[in-house]
Formats: sequence, C-alpha cells, structure tokens
Amino acid sequence: MLTKRIIACLDVSGGRVVKGVQFVDLVDAGDPAELAARHAEAGADEIVLLDITATHEGRGTLLQTVKQTAKRLFVPFTVGGGVRTLDDATAVFDAGADKVSINSAALRNPDLIDEIGSRFGAQAVIVAIDARRTANTAGNAVDAEVFIQGGRKATGRKAIEWAREAEQRGAGEILLTSMDADGTRAGFDCELTATVSSAVQIPVIASGGAGNAQHFSEVFLRGKADAALAASIFHFGIVDARALKEEIARDGVPMRLPC
Amino acid sequence: MAAIAVVDYKAGNLTSVMKALEAVGANATVTDDPEVVRRTGMIVLPGVGHFSATKFLEERGLRKAIEERINAGVPFLGICVGLQWLFHGSTEDAASQGLGAFDSICDRFAEGKKIPHVGWNSLTVKDGSHLLRGVETGDFVYFTHSYRAPVIHDTVAITEYGEPFTAAAERGNVMGVQFHPEKSGAVGMKILRNFVEMGC
Repeated sequence: MLTKRIIACLDVSGGRVVKGVQFVDLVDAGDPAELAARHAEAGADEIVLLDITATHEGRGTLLQTVKQTAKRLFVPFTVGGGVRTLDDATAVFDAGADKVSINSAALRNPDLIDEIGSRFGAQAVIVAIDARRTANTAGNAVDAEVFIQGGRKATGRKAIEWAREAEQRGAGEILLTSMDADGTRAGFDCELTATVSSAVQIPVIASGGAGNAQHFSEVFLRGKADAALAASIFHFGIVDARALKEEIARDGVPMRLPC
Repeated sequence: MAAIAVVDYKAGNLTSVMKALEAVGANATVTDDPEVVRRTGMIVLPGVGHFSATKFLEERGLRKAIEERINAGVPFLGICVGLQWLFHGSTEDAASQGLGAFDSICDRFAEGKKIPHVGWNSLTVKDGSHLLRGVETGDFVYFTHSYRAPVIHDTVAITEYGEPFTAAAERGNVMGVQFHPEKSGAVGMKILRNFVEMGC
C-alpha cells in the first residue's frame, strides 16, 4: 500500500541549520548533513533543505551544503530557496539533489517549470505555493491567494488555479504552505489542502501549522494530503519521525515503519 | 570487481545513482559510448522521465552494444524507465521500441488514483530472486512514475497501486526495478549491493 509521507525540513542559512529538529546527542546540532542523516535514520520519508538566505554570495555555500548532505543520504532529497533559473537547478542537481522546489521564480517566469521538467523530468520539480485565505479574499479556501517573496507580496492569483497551471506545465508535486496556519502549531489548513489536492492529479505536500501527531492524521484523512512537511514539530514533545509515524499509524493512516 | 557502466541517455540526473553505487563499493563510470559498454563487466540503465528518451539508445548505437553484452551474460540492471525499456515498449511513446527481453508492453496507470504514483510503497517478493536476496514482503521502496509494467512470468516483486504491477523483474542476468533503489534507504542499498556482488 502506498504510504503517506512525512517530510523533514531543514532551514539552512550560511551552511547551518537555523531551526528545526534538535537531536540531543549530535556532535554538531547545526550541521545539515548530520541532521538530515539522523532524520532519515529515524524514519523521515524525505528530506527538504530550504535555503532561507538565498543571497547571491550564499549560493556557493549552499551548493557545498547540498553536496555534503547528499553524500550519505539515500532517501529523496529536495532543495529549495533561491532556484531562479535552469542553471541554478542544474547546479543543485549536480550537487546531489533529487528534486528542486521553486516558488517566486516560477510565478515570475512560469516557463521555468517546463524547462526544468523537460530537462530533469517532472518528478524533479516541486512547485511551492504560499497561500493565504484571510487577506483580500472572503476566507474561502477556493479563493485562497498566492503570495511570493516569503509571503510579503500578493500576486492576485488563486492557489487552485496556479496549482493547476503548474501541473499542466509539468510540475511533479505541489508543496502547499498555508500562511494562515504557518507558525500557529494549531494544525494544518485541512480545507485548503483538500481543495488544492482535489483540483490536481499530482501529489500535494501540506505544510504549515503542524503541532502534534493528530494534526498530521487530520491533514492526511480530511485534508487529502499525500505528504506533510514539518520543521519545528519535533521540538514539542515528539522525539523523532519514528515516534510521530507510529502515532499517526494508530489513526489508520498508512505509514512506512521500517523495523 | 567488475566495472559497471552506468549508461547515460540524457534522461535526468545520474548523481544519485552514482553516489549509491559508490557507497556499496562499486567501480562505476557514466558513459554514453557504445565501445565503453562493449568492454564493461556490468551495466546499469537508470532513467527518469519520458519513454521517448530511450530513442537515444538506438541512435547512439547503445542498444546494440547492450544487447551484445546481455547475450554474453553480463549482469544488467534497469531502473525505472530502464526497467520499462526491457519490455517490448510503452504506450507512452509507441514510436520507441524497447529491448523486448520481457514479453509485454508498459501502460499508464488506470484513472482513479493520483498519477504519478509517488512515494514509498511495499513489495510482495517472490522466492528465488538473486537481486532481491534478503528483501522481504512488506519492505518499502520509493517510486515515482506514471507508467507501469504488467505482472509477467519473470516478475519477482509486485506492488499494488490501484492494480498490481511489476516492481521488479529478473531472468538470469537481466534485471529491472520500477522503484529507485538509490532512494530507498537500507532496502535499496541491499538490492544494489546484491547486484554489485554479481560482478565479483
């Protein structure tokens, strides 16, 4: 049976993990390579490395980080943040990433989706959508609006329409972040996730709002998510991905639980 | 240990496959040169994306070189599209011919499920596979694909996604996996190690 995926996200700046899961016995808790390996061992189904600085001078450092992290990681590995061109994507793939996540750059230049998809395959392209339904809309999930530049700039586009266009252009997956839920730890926006997930054929990864295992179960069962991403949940009483997945599995959600 | 030729037919990124082969101790080289293939002791044909990319194998003379090596008994592993290429062809691109080592054609998943099939799914393993030695029914591996090979006589592992399909096939030295062993954690590394050891 196809299982729902739990994706661990590492926010990286200047080659260091700046927030996210902290294992107690790490030699270096800020080292992305070590943290990624630990997440994978603990049962995370995928690893996302998000470059949150994404400045020009930071790119070289990022590629080094990607290379180090990919070296001993044998689960799917996505890199996001600052991928603006096919060349950027190529450099990230050459460094060992399996997928790139593109956000603002795809909205500015939607052809980027086609370009990366036709060169590296649709499975290698994740289009990340930051959506908000409380501002400028009536609050309906179907009207949720897409924001770019880390949520600072409204685009006037509806999330479901942009998700459909991304799919048509050859995106392999959608990474949907609810800006309303993000940071609240009060649960994913299940309605928004279900709305977008039902609008496309490709898998949708839910992001934003994870606080406990129950929230994951809800977004899989009610929100029709194919995968869910979390960064900070592991701070709040749940030790690692394995413990989290065991709890979600008890709610009847298919999980990969390696022995 | 026999050298492995990882055949590059310009379909996606080979970094992950190379990294995983190196991690299990293989001596692997990326090549698109039929003469290199003719000298190699083992062949891996990776590949993601569209079946039409396999045309390159024909155009570049790689198909003939691979066929010769397979007939000479060299272990061959196809991954993802590389597995599908071992069949007669795929409805994804009727104009491209597969090798025809396995007697059927690949087709798109039936409607009703999300396509592509992406994520970790479980295997039902048949006894007697050399490639899957030590892999058990219920073990999970990572898939990402829209087209699938039907279950045939040479299928050694089946996965269900709306319907049963071939996750792995094996006949003598000809082997293929629909999933990505290089991305399937410890289970995938075990499979790659099994393959690499066939060249010892």
